[in-house]
Amino acid sequence: MSNLMMRLLGRIPLGWLQLVSNKLRFAAAASGVGFACILVFVQLGMMGAFSDATRLSYSGFRADIMISASDSHELFDGSNVARRRMYQALAVPGVQQACPLFVGMTPWQQADGSTVEFRTLGIDPELDSFFGPEMGDIEALKLGNSALVDRHARGLQPDLLSHVTREQPLKFEGLGQQLSIVGTVSFGGGFAGDGFMFVSNQTFMRLFASRFSGAPNHILLRVAPGEDVDVVARRVRQALEVPSLQIRSLAQAIEQDVKYQTTVRPTGLIFGFGVAIGIVVGIVIVYQILSTDVADHLREYATFKAMGYSQGYFRSVIIEEAIILAVAGFFPALIASLTIYAVMAKATGLPIEMGPDRALLVLVGTVASCSLSGMIAMRKLATADPADLF
Amino acid sequence: MTGPITVDSLNHWFGNGEARIQALFDINLEIQPGKLTILMGPSGSGKTTLLTLIGCLREVQDGNVMLLGKPLRGATPKQYNLLRRRLGFIFQAHNLHQSLTAMQNVRMGLELHKSANTAEFDRACAHLLTQLGLGQRLDYLPAKLSGGQKQRVAIARALVGNPAIVFADEPTAALDKESGQKTVELLKRLGQVRGTTTVMVTHDNRILDLADRILRLEDGRIVHDTASTIHRP
Ligand SMILES: Nc1ncnc2c1ncn2[C@@H]1O[C@H](COP(=O)(O)OP(=O)(O)OP(=O)(O)O)[C@@H](O)[C@H]1O
Ligand SMILES: [Mg+2]
Repeated sequence: MSNLMMRLLGRIPLGWLQLVSNKLRFAAAASGVGFACILVFVQLGMMGAFSDATRLSYSGFRADIMISASDSHELFDGSNVARRRMYQALAVPGVQQACPLFVGMTPWQQADGSTVEFRTLGIDPELDSFFGPEMGDIEALKLGNSALVDRHARGLQPDLLSHVTREQPLKFEGLGQQLSIVGTVSFGGGFAGDGFMFVSNQTFMRLFASRFSGAPNHILLRVAPGEDVDVVARRVRQALEVPSLQIRSLAQAIEQDVKYQTTVRPTGLIFGFGVAIGIVVGIVIVYQILSTDVADHLREYATFKAMGYSQGYFRSVIIEEAIILAVAGFFPALIASLTIYAVMAKATGLPIEMGPDRALLVLVGTVASCSLSGMIAMRKLATADPADLF
Repeated sequence: MTGPITVDSLNHWFGNGEARIQALFDINLEIQPGKLTILMGPSGSGKTTLLTLIGCLREVQDGNVMLLGKPLRGATPKQYNLLRRRLGFIFQAHNLHQSLTAMQNVRMGLELHKSANTAEFDRACAHLLTQLGLGQRLDYLPAKLSGGQKQRVAIARALVGNPAIVFADEPTAALDKESGQKTVELLKRLGQVRGTTTVMVTHDNRILDLADRILRLEDGRIVHDTASTIHRP
C-alpha cells in the first residue's frame, strides 16, 4: 500500500504513514466520516424517493401538455379547471386530443381494521392513447364500478392482489360504493397516499358525489405529430388567456412538482436539512481529527520547514490525509447504505435506490468536505516556527 | 573570495518594550569553507541565537548575514526556503518523524531536491546509513532505535542532500560520551570527504580537539576566537 501511494504521489506518503501509525484513531476517524456519509445517503435516499415517487405518479401518462389551476403544485391539490377550457384548447392549432383528469382519495378498510388510502385518478378509458402500458388493463375500466389498484400499495397484504384479473375480480367497499378490482398496476406507495387507484370518470363521479364532471382537476393534451410542444403550449396559453390557469408542458409540470416536494413541502425540507447536518457533522469530525494530527506533528513539521519544505508541501500532506479519510469512510458507508436502502424500501414501499450518480456525488462531496476541513486544520501549521526547534 | 558565511555587525533582540533584551552584540565573523567551526560559551550566551540567525531559522533584525553569497537581511520566505534546502541541520533532539522508518526519514532530506534522480534516492539513503553503521536498521522506526542510532539517522538526513553547510546545535547532548565522540568524528570525517562547512555548538570539551576553529561567546559577544590567535604573528 505504501509503495503504491509512493508511486502515486512521487514522494514519501507522509499523510498515509501518519494516519496508519495510529490505527485506532484512523479507524475512529474513518467511522466518523462513514457515519456522516450514511447520514447524507439516507437523507438523499428519502429526498430521491420523494422525487422518484413524484415522477412515478405521472409515468402512466402519454401526454404533452397539462392544464391545471394556477394554485396547483402537484397532481392532487389545487382548484378545478372548467371543462369548457378543454374544448377551447382543442380548437388551438396543433392540439390533437384532450383528456380530463379527476383526482381524489379513496379509503379501503382492510380485514384487520386498518385503512389503506388510495390516491384515486378518474380517467376516460376510451382515450387510451393517453396512457401507457404502466396503467395495465385500461379496457377493463369500461365495466361499471371497476378499479385498477396498486398491488404494491403500503398496508396491503403482500399477495392480496397478485392474482386479480378482469376474470377474477376482487370486490371491496370504498366511499359507500361497491368497487371491483379488475386489474393491478405497480407504482408503489407515495408520500401522500398509500398507493394509486385508477377508475373511469363515471365511477369517479359515483364515488365522489360532490364532484361534477364539468370540472376536472387537470386536462391533458396531446399535440399533433411534428408539432413543437412548447410552441403549442404557448399558443394554448394565448388562446385561453386565463390567469387562474397554468398551462405547462407535462415535463415542466413534473419538474415543478418535484421541486415543490423537495424544497417547499416540510417533509422535503427536513430531508434537505438532514443532508446539511450530515455534511456539517462530517466536516467537524474530520476537522477534529486533522487538527489533532497537525498539533501532534507540529514539531516534526517544523523540522521539515527548517529543512526547506514549503507550505505547499504541508498542504499536499493534509489533502492526502483528507482524501484517504474520505475514501476510507465512504466505501464502507456505501455498502452500509445499500443495505439500509433495501430495508427502507421494503418498509415504506417507496422507490429508494442508489444511483451511480448519487454515489459519485457523495464521494466527491466527501472528498471536498474533508479537504475543506483539512485546509482549516492546516492554518495551525503557519505557527510551526522552525526557530524554536534548537 | 568570501567564505560561505559572513556576519556583519549583527545585533539581535528578544521581546518588546521594557522586556526587550539584547542577545547578540555587534557580531562580526567570517567562516572558512570546508572547516569544522565550534561555538562554545556558557548557557544563555547566545550560541543558539547566532546559529539560528545564520542558519535561516530566524529573521535578521540588525546588521547582515551573507549566506552562500545571498544577503539574509530582508530576504523573502521563498528565498529563505531555497537557502534552507542547501543547508543541513542537526538538532539537539533528533527530531525524526516517528511514523517514518530510518530510510524514509533520510529520504525526506532528498525529496526536497526535485531535480534529483528519484530512482537513485533509496540507494543513496541506504548507502549513507550503512556508512553510519545503520545498514541493519534501514527499516526501523525511530522508536526502535537507541539514542545514538537516532542521532546518526538525523545526521544522515542532514547530509544526504549534500548541503553546503551543516549546522549542529549540541548534537551530542542526548548521547553518552563515547557515542557522542564517535558521532562528531563521523560528522567531521563526512564533512572532510564532501568538503562541507560545519558549524557546531557544543559544551563537550573532549570534542574540541576535532575543531579547526573554536569561537567563544559570552553575554552575546565573541570573546575568543582561535583563528585570530593562530594568525597572530
Ligand atoms: N525565544 C526567546 N525569547 C526570549 N528570549 C530568548 C529567546 N531565545 C533566547 N532568549 C534569550 O536570549 C539569550 C541567548 O539565548 P540562547 O538560547 O541563544 O543561549 P545559548 O547560548 O544557546 O544557551 P544554552 O547553552 O543554554 O542553549 C538568553 O538570555 C535567552 O534567555
Ligand atoms: Mg542553545
